[in-house]
Amino acid sequence: MADLFNNNFRKMKRRDFIQNSLASSAFVAMGGLSLQSFTASSAKKHITILHTNDVHSHIDPFGADHPRNPNQGGAARRASLIANIRKENPNTLLLDAGDIFQGTPYFNYYGGELEFKLMSMMQYDLATIGNHDFDNSIDGLYAQLPNANFEFVSANYDFKNTVLDTHVKPYKIFVKDGVKIGIFGLGVKLEGLVDKRMYKETVYNDPIETAQEMSRILKEEEKCDLVICLSHIGYHYKRNPERPSDLKLARATKDIDLIIGGHTHTFLPKPTIEKNSVGESVLVNQVGAYGIYVGRVDFYFDDAKNVIANGKSIIV
Amino acid sequence: MLISCIFYNLAHILVFMKKIVLLLTIFLAISCAEEKQSVSKIEGKRININDSLAVDQKIEDFIKPFRERIEEDMNKVLSFAPKDMHKNDGELETTIGNLMADLVKSQSELVYKQRTGKSIDICLLNHGGIRAPIPKGPIKTQTAFNVMPFENSIVVAELTSENIHNMIRYLAEAKRAHPISGLTIKLDANEKVTEALINGKPIEDGKTYTVATSDYLQNGGDRMNFLKNPETLEVLDYKIRNAMIDYFKSVDTIPARLDGRFIQQ
Repeated sequence: MADLFNNNFRKMKRRDFIQNSLASSAFVAMGGLSLQSFTASSAKKHITILHTNDVHSHIDPFGADHPRNPNQGGAARRASLIANIRKENPNTLLLDAGDIFQGTPYFNYYGGELEFKLMSMMQYDLATIGNHDFDNSIDGLYAQLPNANFEFVSANYDFKNTVLDTHVKPYKIFVKDGVKIGIFGLGVKLEGLVDKRMYKETVYNDPIETAQEMSRILKEEEKCDLVICLSHIGYHYKRNPERPSDLKLARATKDIDLIIGGHTHTFLPKPTIEKNSVGESVLVNQVGAYGIYVGRVDFYFDDAKNVIANGKSIIV
Repeated sequence: MLISCIFYNLAHILVFMKKIVLLLTIFLAISCAEEKQSVSKIEGKRININDSLAVDQKIEDFIKPFRERIEEDMNKVLSFAPKDMHKNDGELETTIGNLMADLVKSQSELVYKQRTGKSIDICLLNHGGIRAPIPKGPIKTQTAFNVMPFENSIVVAELTSENIHNMIRYLAEAKRAHPISGLTIKLDANEKVTEALINGKPIEDGKTYTVATSDYLQNGGDRMNFLKNPETLEVLDYKIRNAMIDYFKSVDTIPARLDGRFIQQ
């Protein structure tokens, strides 16, 4: 299982190597070419990350008489907010941290079709898989994939012996305004949470170890400027602090800039800033559930030497 | 021949040059992307989705037919509840719990008997699985979705008398109104079981009993470990919610009563 996992990475690496070596030889063949023009274009860059989690099929807003969340949420309102932010900054990525399915009759009636179609209309860029996304079994999830114009990532679920094999990748890289953004996914332990008949031969690997490997690949091999973890392992378990969680993950890894969480329905008023294994800041965010909030994290870039000179600021 | 050969070569050279241009473009794109970028500032916050935001009409129009079909179905009146029924209207048994366990037992029996020739002795569900009350008045399809929003499905586990005793011990110690049917339990003031009958008869050693329950509990949910390794297991592929809807359709008025099936004296 782990071997195939590694083989895939090796394959990916080989492809990149071939591409790079071809490109370099072309450069040599053309003789020296000035790259001066590029230094001028590397003025401040701005990437916006928008995210949701545990929307649980909440397509309509809560009613005005709802005891806890009156008039909150709603896909049509979320869509207009997202469109406005995209207009303001085209270099925006829209992500979901899982549990898209289950919670209203929309799921019971249409099996996730409407959820995926609406997310595609809102131009979601990427999502990870939550435990409830297996509620119509792994086959039910697979059957809905054609309705999603976005991809799914999960680095610690091994789908080799399932229908999802090759349909879910460990990570995906986006390039926005020349900024390379690597995003990997993490899923929660399924045993004891989801019926085995639902997730079938999906293998769960340790999320922390996987994240250490992923951040190394994305930072050192893929040379990403930004590394984001899309996690459905849960924010923090007070009664069981040893259980893998986003806070534990933040402390045990390095080179991750942002952890977008889900599963525990944690309504964080603002992102948490944690120190990673080498003492650098990492942001952990989660926006509760049911589409009541959209998380927004803005990254501003500068030349590395300017940042070293002027420092980095985090405003939450 | 020679000329065509030259043209052929020329064409090749052109293709080759195009490739170089393409490769150069790729290279430039890569070198731009790999220019050393560093994060200088991060801003993080959350944005509330509420009625101050405009509605995206395209999305709204897309949802409409999906919503209307569900609403039409959800508002169908299936039966009638003579009074409010909720999961805390009794001590160790509740009106809604009794209803649920009785209907799951009777609805499952139709399927199980046809398939195996056997009948169902007991139904056991979990108190936490009842997610909403049934209000007095018309029962709609929506009611079934409110009470049972999960996709839990019915399974029938055949248990040894030993595991039936484990079940009764579990129920006595849990002191929660887990819904039961076909089984009556009496506890004394110290939670000791003074009487446990299956369909009015004492439990016979060496005999097996069939228990209808949810796939969630059979798989170890709520630590009902006595369900984990049954003698036989029949997966009915029948959702609890569908059993509710089928049952509601078959009766004018649902029973709402406590009958002393699980009491502490």
